[in-house]
Amino acid sequence: MKIAVCVKAVPDAATGRRLDPATRRLDRGGDLALSDFDSHAVEEALRVREARGGEVVVVSMGPARALEALRKTLAMGADRAVLVADDALAGADLLVTARALAGALEREAPALVLFGQQSADGDGACLWAAVAELLRRPAVSQVSELAVGDGAVTGKRQTEYGYERVRAPLPAVVAVSDAINEPRYPTLKGIMGAKSKPQETLSAAEVGGAAESRTAVLALAPPPPRGESRRIEDDGAAAERILEFLAERRVL
Amino acid sequence: MRALVFLEHHGDAIAKASLGVLARARSLGEAEGVLAGEGVRGLAGAAGGVVWVAEDPRLAPPLPAPRVDVLAKLVRDEGFDAVLFAQSVLASDVAAGLAARLDAGLNWDLADLVEQDGVLVGKRPALADSVWVDAGWTSGVRLALFRAGAFDPAPDAPPAEVREAAVELEPHSLLAELVEAASDEGESGPSIEDADVIVAGGRGLGGPEGFALVEALADALGGAVGATRAVVDAGWYPYSAQVGQTGKTVSPKLYVAVGISGAIQHKVGMQGAGTIVAVNKDPHAPIFEYADLGVVGDLHEIVPRLTELLRARRG
Repeated sequence: MKIAVCVKAVPDAATGRRLDPATRRLDRGGDLALSDFDSHAVEEALRVREARGGEVVVVSMGPARALEALRKTLAMGADRAVLVADDALAGADLLVTARALAGALEREAPALVLFGQQSADGDGACLWAAVAELLRRPAVSQVSELAVGDGAVTGKRQTEYGYERVRAPLPAVVAVSDAINEPRYPTLKGIMGAKSKPQETLSAAEVGGAAESRTAVLALAPPPPRGESRRIEDDGAAAERILEFLAERRVL
Repeated sequence: MRALVFLEHHGDAIAKASLGVLARARSLGEAEGVLAGEGVRGLAGAAGGVVWVAEDPRLAPPLPAPRVDVLAKLVRDEGFDAVLFAQSVLASDVAAGLAARLDAGLNWDLADLVEQDGVLVGKRPALADSVWVDAGWTSGVRLALFRAGAFDPAPDAPPAEVREAAVELEPHSLLAELVEAASDEGESGPSIEDADVIVAGGRGLGGPEGFALVEALADALGGAVGATRAVVDAGWYPYSAQVGQTGKTVSPKLYVAVGISGAIQHKVGMQGAGTIVAVNKDPHAPIFEYADLGVVGDLHEIVPRLTELLRARRG
C-alpha cells in the first residue's frame, strides 16, 4: 500500500519563533525542524507499512531548506521525500498550501494520506479537510486508533462529545492525534541511510501552479494587557481571600 | 456583511459557542443561522431570526463533508459574503472543506471579529498568544473559525423564521460513514467549551482521587471540570476535559487552576479566560505569571475550605 504523509518543517521551538514585522510572516530564516505532531503521522505510516507492506512517501511544502528537516522522516524509516518548494509559494495561506499538497498527492496517487493533528507554528488544525475536498476523497480527523483494511480504513476519534468510529473507503485522508502512538527515534543506521534516500523537489508549476492567497495579515500588535497579577501566600485564610476576590471581580 | 453562521448542535441543544458567534455577527451586520441534521427544526428557536434548516437522515451523523455541500449551496444561492463558525472538531473540518469548495479564505483561531474602516478584520492571537494578528480576507466570501467562548450568546433570541435549505449531496461527501458513537459525557457535568466557570486540575492533585476536590469545587461554582495534558495522559481524567494545545481552547469567565504548573502548552488553551485563579504549592510555578490571583499553598487545605464557603454562601 502506498502511504503519503503530509508534514511541515517549522521554525525550531528551541531557537524561537517570531513573526517578521516587515513581511508579517513567520520568520523561517532560522533552523527548521519536523513539526512534532507530524512525527506521529510518520510513525503511523511506518506501522501500516510494516503490517501491510508498501511504501511511505513524505510530502511537504516549504522553503528548499526544509529538505533537511524532512530527512528526519527518512531516518525514521520513510522511503522517500517530496518537497514542493517555490518562491511563489512564500506566505502561502491554507488554500494555497492545500492546493500545492493536493497537486503533489495527485502525482503520487497514494491509497492513504496521513496528517498530524495540527501545525506546531500556525496552530492550524484543518488543512487535511481542504486537501481531501480538493481530492474529492473522504477525511477522518482526530484519529487516535487506526485500523487499515483492504479497501477501507476505520478511525477511532475523539471529539468534544465522546468517541466515534468512522469508516472511509480508500483512498482516504486521515489526520491522527498525537495520542495514537509514540514515534520511534531514528537509529544511527537510519540517520546514515537517510541522505541517500530519494528526495525530490517540485516547483509550483509541477503541482498545478501557485494559487493566490485568500487571506492576508493586515497588522501585528502586542497582546492586550491582562491587568495586574496578585499573589498571596496561604496564611490559613486563603479560601476566604479567594472568595473575596471572586466577589470583587463579580464572577460569582 | 451578510453572514451565515454554522449552528453546531449536539443532542437537542445548539452549542453555546455557536450562539455566541451568531450574536457577534448580528452586532456587526446581517446574520442568519444554519442548522444541519435530522429533526433539528425545533432547535431554531434558540438562535432566533432567520435560521436555514437542512434536514436529511444523511446529515444525522456529525460528519463534515455533507455539511460542506449544504453550506456551499446556501452561500451560492443566497449570496452570503461570510460564513462563521465556532471552532470545534466538526466545525474546523467543515470550514476547511468549504474554503476549498468555494475558493474562499479561511482565518482560524480568531478571538474577535471587528470592522475597521469598513473592512472586516479578525483578531488572532498567534505564537502562543504572544502576538495578535489582524487577519483579513481577499476573497469575496470570508470564512472564519472562532475560539470557543470568544463571544457570549445574546440574552434573548428574536422570534425564529425557519427557511428550508436544499440538501443536495456530492457523491464524495457520502464516502465516510459513522459506524459507532459513544458519548463520554453523562456524569461529568457540562462540557468545558460551554462553561462560564472551569475548575481544572493538574499533577499537583497527586492522583486521580484528587479530582474529587476539583469536582466538588466545580459543582459549588456551577462550573465544569478541566484537566491538563499530563493528568489526561496519566489516565486520571478523560480527554474530553483536556485544556491546552492538544486539547481544547477555552475562555470562561472564571478559570480556577488547581495544582497546575501552567506550562505554555496549557496556557495557550486557557489564557483567554476572564479571570484566572491559581492554587499551587510551588511559588515558582509559571501559572503565577499570568494568574489574576495566585495562591501559594496546599490545595488539599484550600480547595475544600473554599468549596465549603461557597456552599454556605449559596445557602
